[in-house]
Amino acid sequence: MPEPTARLEQLRAEGLAAIEAAATVADAEHARTGVLGRRSELTALLRSIAELPPDQRGPVGKAANDVRRELESAAQARIDELAGAELQARLADDRVDVTLPGDPAASAGRLHLITATRREIEDVFVGLGFEVAEGPEVEFDYYNFTALNMPPAHPARALQDTFYISDEVVLRTHTSPMQVRAMERHGPPIYVVVPGRVYRRDSDATHTPMFHQIEGLAVDEDITLADLRGVLLEFARAIFGPEREIRLRSSYFPFTEPSVEVDVSCFNCDGSGSLPDGTRDPLCKGSGWIEVLGAGMVDPNVLGFVRDSGYDPERVQGFAFGLGVERIAMLRHGVPDLRLFFENDVRMLEQFG
Amino acid sequence: MRVPVSWLRSYCDPPLDGPAIGARLNDAGIELGRIERVGVGSPDDFVVGRVVTAEQHPNADRLRVCTVDDGEPEPRTIVCGAPNVAAGQTVAVARPGATMPGGAVLGEATLRGVRSSGMILAEDELGIGPDHDGIVVLDDDHAPGTPLADVLPIHDEVLDLEISPNRPDCLGVYGVAREVHALTQAPLADDPTAADADARGDDRADACAHVEIADPDICLRFTARVFEDVRVGPSPQWLRARLTAAGQRPISNVVDITNYVMLATGQPLHAFDLDKVPNGHLVIRRALPHESIRTLDGVDRTLDRDNAVVADSTRAVGIAGVMGGADSEVGDSTTRVLMEAATWVGPNILRTSTALGIRTEASARFEKQLHPNGALAAQRMAARLMVELCGARLVPGTLDDYPRPLEPRTIELRDARVAKLLGEEIDGSEIASILSGLGFALSGDAHSIGERLADAGDSLLEQLAASGLVPAEQLRSYSLRDAIGRFVPGDATRTVTVPSFRDADVEREADLIEEVARVHGVDRLPTSLPARRRAVGRLSEPQRLRRRLEDALRDRGLFEVVSYSFTSPATLARLRVEAPIALANPLSEDQSVMRPLVLPGLLDAARHNAARGREAVALFESARAYGALTSVPTGTPAGATPASERHHIAAVLTQASPATWRSDVVPADFFAAKALVEHLLDVARVDAPLETADHPFLHPARQAAVKGIGWVGELHPAVAAEWDLGRVGGFELDFDAIAERSPGPRAYKPVSAFPPVVQDIAVVTPDDVPFAAVDAAVRSASDLLVGVAVFDVYSGPQVGEGRRSLALRLRFRAPDRTLTDADVAAERERIESALTGNGWSLRA
Repeated sequence: MPEPTARLEQLRAEGLAAIEAAATVADAEHARTGVLGRRSELTALLRSIAELPPDQRGPVGKAANDVRRELESAAQARIDELAGAELQARLADDRVDVTLPGDPAASAGRLHLITATRREIEDVFVGLGFEVAEGPEVEFDYYNFTALNMPPAHPARALQDTFYISDEVVLRTHTSPMQVRAMERHGPPIYVVVPGRVYRRDSDATHTPMFHQIEGLAVDEDITLADLRGVLLEFARAIFGPEREIRLRSSYFPFTEPSVEVDVSCFNCDGSGSLPDGTRDPLCKGSGWIEVLGAGMVDPNVLGFVRDSGYDPERVQGFAFGLGVERIAMLRHGVPDLRLFFENDVRMLEQFG
Repeated sequence: MRVPVSWLRSYCDPPLDGPAIGARLNDAGIELGRIERVGVGSPDDFVVGRVVTAEQHPNADRLRVCTVDDGEPEPRTIVCGAPNVAAGQTVAVARPGATMPGGAVLGEATLRGVRSSGMILAEDELGIGPDHDGIVVLDDDHAPGTPLADVLPIHDEVLDLEISPNRPDCLGVYGVAREVHALTQAPLADDPTAADADARGDDRADACAHVEIADPDICLRFTARVFEDVRVGPSPQWLRARLTAAGQRPISNVVDITNYVMLATGQPLHAFDLDKVPNGHLVIRRALPHESIRTLDGVDRTLDRDNAVVADSTRAVGIAGVMGGADSEVGDSTTRVLMEAATWVGPNILRTSTALGIRTEASARFEKQLHPNGALAAQRMAARLMVELCGARLVPGTLDDYPRPLEPRTIELRDARVAKLLGEEIDGSEIASILSGLGFALSGDAHSIGERLADAGDSLLEQLAASGLVPAEQLRSYSLRDAIGRFVPGDATRTVTVPSFRDADVEREADLIEEVARVHGVDRLPTSLPARRRAVGRLSEPQRLRRRLEDALRDRGLFEVVSYSFTSPATLARLRVEAPIALANPLSEDQSVMRPLVLPGLLDAARHNAARGREAVALFESARAYGALTSVPTGTPAGATPASERHHIAAVLTQASPATWRSDVVPADFFAAKALVEHLLDVARVDAPLETADHPFLHPARQAAVKGIGWVGELHPAVAAEWDLGRVGGFELDFDAIAERSPGPRAYKPVSAFPPVVQDIAVVTPDDVPFAAVDAAVRSASDLLVGVAVFDVYSGPQVGEGRRSLALRLRFRAPDRTLTDADVAAERERIESALTGNGWSLRA
């Protein structure tokens, strides 16, 4: 065996040992430079190949290059190995307690349950083709009563305890005055819902002097009581669930004729009136139905007040309805007392919206 | 209206139980409040008995030992404490095991050593009256052992109906029976007012009494009848039981008759002791100013011109339609009665009863406008009872002042209109049957023109067939009827006469359609959706914006509150603001004025939560604030509004963000509130400069006006202390003003593809120079400047007393090229000279 070849084998073994011995990336880099760098014996040996006899140049050159490649790849592998381990160690040191709270704190706020419920109802009716309008809360007696077919001293005025500001001005007792205002502004056809605050001079466990209603009004050439039923069925299913049915009962409101009360089948007991354990459902009091709103066909006298805006009672007809936002929210969420809506206790507010 | 079912069944008796009758009425608009049971717990073991012997109890002065035949083979022994018990009486007996009105079960008992097996009953022990002074004594024609329930309504149900104000006819049991008849087709008994009593004697009513309506604007009709030989005493048991079940306390036969007829028919009556009415002369007039009267309840009342009275020749003897006077009251010694049945003007009665604060069974009926026909009808029924129950003699003649007799109302009803309003064709015969069941009279041509033509066509074909000109088989395939029906749709019209008892309520075709709908059953109508034309549902631009602003506050961690629109003058005084609108009839001082700003409700909510351990809150409200009243227009308002109302969005914070494990608490200071305002204005894309402000409720040195929109600031510490709060930041913005300024759709602006260059600069100014002035100077100096941000504010020894340093990060960018160092240097130089030109210095 010629001498250079034996030396190559030695260099290989020594180089591999040096690389293997490196404990850090820096050590490994240093070892690589020592074994393969410009001043290394292997580099010198490679340079000296040209001085060998021609018949040795080939075999020795090949062997030397093989050794160099092997050492290079070993060095790189060692460096990669050490770098990976070092990154691993560094990242381990970065560890945080992931169960500490996020920061800066960004807790979600909430809409009031009345607002959330009102918007949801508005959206149902917007989907059914209604626009949304609002009217004044400090209202003329004329719009609150007279134009709704309740002239002064009409007995139906006694049905609502009214806050007066003067003889002519009241706090509206319902959102219905906006029926007339909306029709004054906008000729037929009209499809509008009116959300807003209303006021009654009444305060006990089931009444607050202020609460919220949503009024609905649809007047066109051929709106029927059957259409009212259809629209309210869609509403009931959107708000209380797709399985719901509705029931109409005759009623009385001075500004609708005929007038109806609308019940929705109870979502608590699925209309059966009793709970799975056989006891009476307290929500619907065992009837299977829950009263949710009043409605009816717009009284021709009301249309007569806006005849000049295009509402000829012989030519157009329509329906109106009014519902209580708090009542819907109480039913859906099991809120036991109306007054909770206006205490604004954060522990209540954070539960909804 | 309390309707005893047994009484109702005496007029109309459908094969339904009480709850089922109530449910049918309820579905038809006669709202059922609840069903009450009256009388004993169960009719079993209550029987008719006859007292065979009644002996003094050996050991008790007040007790008797009776043997009673109750139909069983052996008479039973009953110890009885009633003073009126006597042998031979027919009485009401409860056997041991009977369930009493309170639900208690009667057992056998030993009373002072004597075994008592059952009870002889007083009226209150049967639940059919208030009397406990003695036992009930029955007519002797009832055999012992007869179930007591066959003799007296001892086990009844009462429908508590909530009658709507348009249905005074249902404030009488017979009116409710008429509804039941229309709803169930069960036969209806004859109207109890149809038959009159026979008058006897040679005298005449108009010789004993005289009535006169002095003011026809307050009284439509006044009728009176005179009864002689009246014997006042208790009413018979059946009448007492009916009154008791209906909620009226029995008093005496004459008074009970007036109440009974009112409860049966809905028409109130009033009985005068004719001997207490000087000359029997009554005049119906307005009260004199300050005229006083002592009413039946013993209260002295002062009247005025708005009140109608019934007066004798000198003074008022009754408040018309509301309550009679004490002086002319019927008493035990009364023998001559003047029975009044009048028809008052509803609105006048409502005003009087409201003004005087008296609401009676009579006023509750009169205020709903009764028809004058009801007065005479009630007189007839009352007369029969006066004769029958009081042994009275009806004096011939009825005094009747009826200045403007009303004609029956007729209405045209088109069948096609019924279908058009309800969305369902209802058979013409059903329409007719419903209306006649309710007492409406139908006349005129119920057939349409089309039907008459069709009839004519039929007869034409018949004649043709009879003539033999055309073979009969050939004619059979023709139907002129169908052809006519295609061209002439149903136009059946009927003329409907409204019965007097529905006159106030049924005035128009729509009212008749309602009658058809409710008896037919509104729940039987089909379900459809409107065939919408030109109707697109959407929220308006301001409505969408309002939701976005509310959502923005919510998403920054605020809770929305809803507080009352009214507040107290004291609260506003604490804020040092005035209340523009006061309620005339507030529930309380706390809720007596409309709030001119939303702030007080938020402060109340913050205090409420602080008092419950939640000191740190961030709350907002989105609601109206109320400005001054505008002048009231004469005539109809024509769209005007009575007051200025603006929609506000307001917030209060007692903490902007909490301390955490690695950051400090952010206090609810001016800048925390301003950050929210800036955010809202940014969402709305509205620019509004801040200006100085001087709201008295805000910290004088930490508040600003948001120009034309509202305010932002810290609450005045003294005001915050009034709500037991510490530092409070807040704002109140006029949402309507924001919406008005919020721009519509925007045009696209090209974005630059070239990189920005960022440079910092520090400028030292006197410390009263606002940042806004520096910002404006910087921005106006460079066209390539696209952003200015403050990243440090410093005052201290390095810049000198009375001065501060603002460190700004400037961002330059050109739309069309990458900026060179030379470009930026030139811009910076312009900015620096603008700043130094203002006398400010640059800091290295």
